[in-house]
Amino acid sequence: MTAQEYNFAYLDEQTKRMIRRAILKGLAMPGYQVPFASREMPMPYGWGTGGVQVTAACLVPEDRLKVIDQGADDTTNAVSIRSFFQRTAGVAVTEATADATLIQTRHRIPEAALTEDQILVYQVPIPEPLRFIEPREVETRKMHALEDYGLMHVKLYEDIARHGQIATSYAYPVQVEGRYVMDPSPIPKFDNPKLSDSPAIQLFGAGREQRIYALPPYTKVVSLDFDDHPFVASKAEHDCDLCGSDASYLDEVIVDDSGGRMFVCSDTDHCGGRVALGHRGRLSPARAEDAA
Amino acid sequence: MYVAVKGGERAIANAHAFLAEERRGDPAVAELTTDQIRGQLRLAVNRVMAEGSLYDPDLAALAIKQSRGDLIEAVFLIRAYRTTLPRLGSSRPVETGAMACVRRISATFKDAPGGQVLGPTFDYTHRLLDFKLLAEGGVPDAPQAVASTALTPHITAFLNRDGLIQDEPACDTTPPDLTREPLELPASRALRLQALARGDEGFILGLAYSTQRGYGRTHAFVGELRIGMVAVTMEIPELGFAVDIGEVEITECETVNQFTGSKTEPAQFTRGYGLVFGQSERKAIAMSLVDRALRWKELGEDFTGAPAQDEEFVLSHSDNIQATGFLEHIKLPHYVDFQSEMELVRRLRTGAMQPQEAAV
Amino acid sequence: MSGRKIFAENFSDEAQTKEEFSPKILGSAEPLLRVQLLTKLYGTRIGCADVSFDLYPGEVMGIVGESGSGKSTLLSCLAGHMAPDAGSVVFQTKAGPRDTVTMSEPERRMLGRTDWAFVHQNPRDGLRMGVTAGGNVGERLMAVGARHYGGIRAKATDWLGRVEIAADRIDDRPSAFSGGMQQRLQIARNLVTGPRLVFMDEPTGGLDVSVQARLLDLLRGLVRQMGLSAIIVTHDLAVVRLLADRLMVMKSGRVVEQGLTDQVLDDPQHAYTQLLVSSVLQV
Repeated sequence: MTAQEYNFAYLDEQTKRMIRRAILKGLAMPGYQVPFASREMPMPYGWGTGGVQVTAACLVPEDRLKVIDQGADDTTNAVSIRSFFQRTAGVAVTEATADATLIQTRHRIPEAALTEDQILVYQVPIPEPLRFIEPREVETRKMHALEDYGLMHVKLYEDIARHGQIATSYAYPVQVEGRYVMDPSPIPKFDNPKLSDSPAIQLFGAGREQRIYALPPYTKVVSLDFDDHPFVASKAEHDCDLCGSDASYLDEVIVDDSGGRMFVCSDTDHCGGRVALGHRGRLSPARAEDAA
Repeated sequence: MYVAVKGGERAIANAHAFLAEERRGDPAVAELTTDQIRGQLRLAVNRVMAEGSLYDPDLAALAIKQSRGDLIEAVFLIRAYRTTLPRLGSSRPVETGAMACVRRISATFKDAPGGQVLGPTFDYTHRLLDFKLLAEGGVPDAPQAVASTALTPHITAFLNRDGLIQDEPACDTTPPDLTREPLELPASRALRLQALARGDEGFILGLAYSTQRGYGRTHAFVGELRIGMVAVTMEIPELGFAVDIGEVEITECETVNQFTGSKTEPAQFTRGYGLVFGQSERKAIAMSLVDRALRWKELGEDFTGAPAQDEEFVLSHSDNIQATGFLEHIKLPHYVDFQSEMELVRRLRTGAMQPQEAAV
Repeated sequence: MSGRKIFAENFSDEAQTKEEFSPKILGSAEPLLRVQLLTKLYGTRIGCADVSFDLYPGEVMGIVGESGSGKSTLLSCLAGHMAPDAGSVVFQTKAGPRDTVTMSEPERRMLGRTDWAFVHQNPRDGLRMGVTAGGNVGERLMAVGARHYGGIRAKATDWLGRVEIAADRIDDRPSAFSGGMQQRLQIARNLVTGPRLVFMDEPTGGLDVSVQARLLDLLRGLVRQMGLSAIIVTHDLAVVRLLADRLMVMKSGRVVEQGLTDQVLDDPQHAYTQLLVSSVLQV
């Protein structure tokens, strides 16, 4: 089967319509998980089919698409998804966040502030924030409907009682517009503040679990916490060793077998952009030239 | 000096090329044809059709060749292809009573109209490796008889005539389509059967086995197992009548299970049902055991906590494409989340060790 | 002399509605709970039939009978765990009288988190065994919006003290507690948000005698301090003697006698009540 035999962006128009209806419903009820009939896609469940379906339903030929995984454009799954859309939609692709009109992401929010002209699509493995406290779907659905979130806070209380602090570092639960409790996908909690009041449309797709949810622009999103144990968007206490940024989320890289480590921005576009502007970090190659 | 890891695209291209080479194997060995797979690995083809929810032996054979024999990978290919096919309509329910049975057995009666027909079964073979198969060679023709035109009515119909087995109430409501609508719980029996028909054979086998060992016991007898071709009939609106559009091979299993009854209601046997594409006996029988176990509520039985009785557990985990996708996704990079967990653990350990140090 | 009535096996509705029961000292004109003709059938078998009574703020009602008398069925219907086949259960919510039988599930669940509480016979049914004692007590607080960890913990510690559980057990799981402690923890978990009506199903069942006595004393103190109304189902007459202001005696699903506890126990009129009372060992 060649790409020409598929509809634009692979999905047929009926399916896209169905997904768009789910998206609109999600935007009308921020944070509410809308069930949708996820299709079998050519990539496995668990590898981004939800995000891919949402992206496919939103794409128009004029879009410029960016796909990242762990913040980087060049990780294998991001490459695979990007080339899928190049083949089936023929849209322009870019690595520059500022140039993209639609960004599909796994596990990170780009460091660059987004604009009203952008859509951010998240890949979600488990959409239900209560899932690991209450495995039954029938029960969690009731808890959301009845705003019965006491158990969620009990979990946070237990963390503090046992560890002295809340022991969730990613997929940190949030409350949307004071109503639905939502799982923001496995982004590090460092990224949580970017969810709130964003000018962009944020869409969340869980293919295997068959749920779509959404945050319209400028939505209030609050990370759950206690008044005396407030949420902290923490990251490693280092600067990027390549660009010197002290405000971006960092990857830890093992550089030798005696435990030597370095830290680099997880957002490759952000880091590359800073380096291009002349910023330097501890291990930047250009440092030697500056000194010369 | 650190160089950012790049080259994901090239790595993927190379991996695909290596894969294609491995799939072909030694060029000095003849390439597998899909005809060979379709004809000689028929039971693998059947499984792929059943779990792929698509009856097309040629496509299933192609998928098996492409997947290098990994049947779940082949099912994945079929499912992805199926999604792209246009929907023309729905057939009428197939008339399994009119099946041209190539195999038909019952454990509940010594004999019945239509007879006990063993068909091409492994059942009574001795499981000894046949080294003659290492070489190619002809197979002697099996003895032939004139095909029977005798009617082969369902065995449960006899039990039903005397009221010994519960009725299956006829229903004309179109069941929801799992491939078009999200799974909603609680599920109707029709939806459960649909999920089981396309569920993973191994998973359903394990669950069925558990019911035989006490986890939700249902005392199953194989009332009837029949395998053969049935006609597929479809109403054509433009014509105003129904037309046979083809035939498919299916396996149907009806189990006769533990009776229910009370002082006020007379005892009756209960049923389990399994229906699968192709000759897929193990799956059909397992399906009927699990179907029966999941019916505990409507039959007024107790929930004993057995996994096979737990509708949400069974239906959420029976789809092997969902299962393998999510299982294998843990191979994908997770280093961002792992990084935040490492930072957390480091912080907690620092916090925990400080009071110890202060005490010292 | 009011407040006592005997019912023949087949009583009439008229006799019931002419009932007069003295309102409790806390004296409100409106009953907190008005139950009318509550009936639950299992096929042709009667679970409970035509039960009616009023409960005033601060009153404790005991329901006694042998096993199979229908008292547990009655309690389940009253508490909304089971849907009755007929009758009404009107509760004075903050927003006025509501028939809880016809309430939607969300409303009932909200009631269950705020104004109502249910103490199970087996504390394991009323506790989260995988959550610490503090978490168990704090859950209702958090469910209604408490967001200060220190404050929640302080209140939990306070309540553990009130039910005589040592404060240093706050981070222990209930599985590490004795049966009596688990029951006291369940009580704390239920009372921490100050409900107005507490249902109790054999609260001392399964506990040994000295533990029972301590628990009853505790319950009596809490009920008085908090001005709680309570409906307690028990087969143990000592429990009702100590806790209940009024008493209903049930047999085969019907109420055969009701009245003030002391009067019914000291001077039982119905044959069945006499049997019950006389079969208790006088210690």
